[in-house]
Amino acid sequence: MPKPPSNIQIFKDGLWKDNPVLRQILGICSTLAVTNLLANTMVMNAGLIFTLSMSSLTVSLLRNVTPVRIRMMVQTLIIASYVIVVDIVIKAHLPDISEALGPYVGLIITNCIIMGRCEAFARHNPPWPSFLDGIAVSLGYAFVLTLIALFREPLGFGTLFGYQIMPDGFTPWTIMIMAPGAFFMLGLFVWVVRYYFPETVEEKK
Amino acid sequence: MVQIDISTLFFAAIFTNNILLTNFLGLCPFLSISREVRSSLGLGIAVIFVMTCTAAINYLVYYHVLLPLNLEHFRYIVFIIIIASFVQLVEMTVERYFPALYYVLGIFLPLITVNCAILGASLFLIIRKYSFWQAVAYGAGSGIGWMIAIIAVGAIREKLQKSASLPRGLEGPGITLLITGLIALAFMAFSGMIQIQ
Repeated sequence: MPKPPSNIQIFKDGLWKDNPVLRQILGICSTLAVTNLLANTMVMNAGLIFTLSMSSLTVSLLRNVTPVRIRMMVQTLIIASYVIVVDIVIKAHLPDISEALGPYVGLIITNCIIMGRCEAFARHNPPWPSFLDGIAVSLGYAFVLTLIALFREPLGFGTLFGYQIMPDGFTPWTIMIMAPGAFFMLGLFVWVVRYYFPETVEEKK
Repeated sequence: MVQIDISTLFFAAIFTNNILLTNFLGLCPFLSISREVRSSLGLGIAVIFVMTCTAAINYLVYYHVLLPLNLEHFRYIVFIIIIASFVQLVEMTVERYFPALYYVLGIFLPLITVNCAILGASLFLIIRKYSFWQAVAYGAGSGIGWMIAIIAVGAIREKLQKSASLPRGLEGPGITLLITGLIALAFMAFSGMIQIQ
């Protein structure tokens, strides 16, 4: 078994080099769906950070007793249990946002980032690095989501966290809060990042 | 229970409320498979079939098993198990009895388990309180809508690969997202025709 990478390396990789959204294009369903309001984005980020780090930890703790053939099923069940926790907590404390996020909290289960990290990292590494890896990768995800929301909310509603920030004469770009705006925004982001930092993309292929 | 005509709901799920273009579901397999029309078609057919059936099964399980037992919160786990086992079942059946079909669809079936559109459709029909036949119509419509979207993008990408030279960094996911945005824009023209939530 290869030596687990150092903690700092894990964070660097998760945040930038292997950034799940920009580099690996994983988990973008929720990226696009929740980024029209910054508040929703923050709740989604918190949910994902909790789910990913805890599932990585659990998968890693169970890595020696999980039969290889049914590991996917086991991982899915672990992830689903944590998602249920997140769902209940959000419903209880933030009912408005829970309404707005709708099924997307439940869809954290099929967020490929979590499954991907469990498969690629937590399955082969001890609990503590796996936990850190979960946090690092989900912070990378949160970083991109926040960035996109920072563009979409002011342009689409003229607000930030619900407060008016654009001048009065500003006409909101309704397209930014609708589906096409989300696709364009993420497409442009991926383009910019890959244009300026192309090296890691090549070695993936 | 919402009062929507079943056929209306069916068409709304295809056009105005396309699950991929307005709800962003099922994007991961969408981006990786939409390189060509052939494989898009294969995956699309598989999605239609699985989505229709799991919508029906999940509906029945939710209203006849989970609700009476007050286990609504377990619906995520139950739904994902149902979807995974249904896909497995279909895969084995198709492999055993329709080898030709298996040759076409085989590699796509496992991908479907992690397609969030399938789980998403099941969650939407609970949230929107559809009746049984509405749920089936919604599942089928969403599947067809998903297939239309992936084939449209697949066709455009196939042409692009042959003719256009793209700026650096835009190849692959970047251009696919922009194309999808344009198609989503085109589909917005349908909105207003039919209103569902």
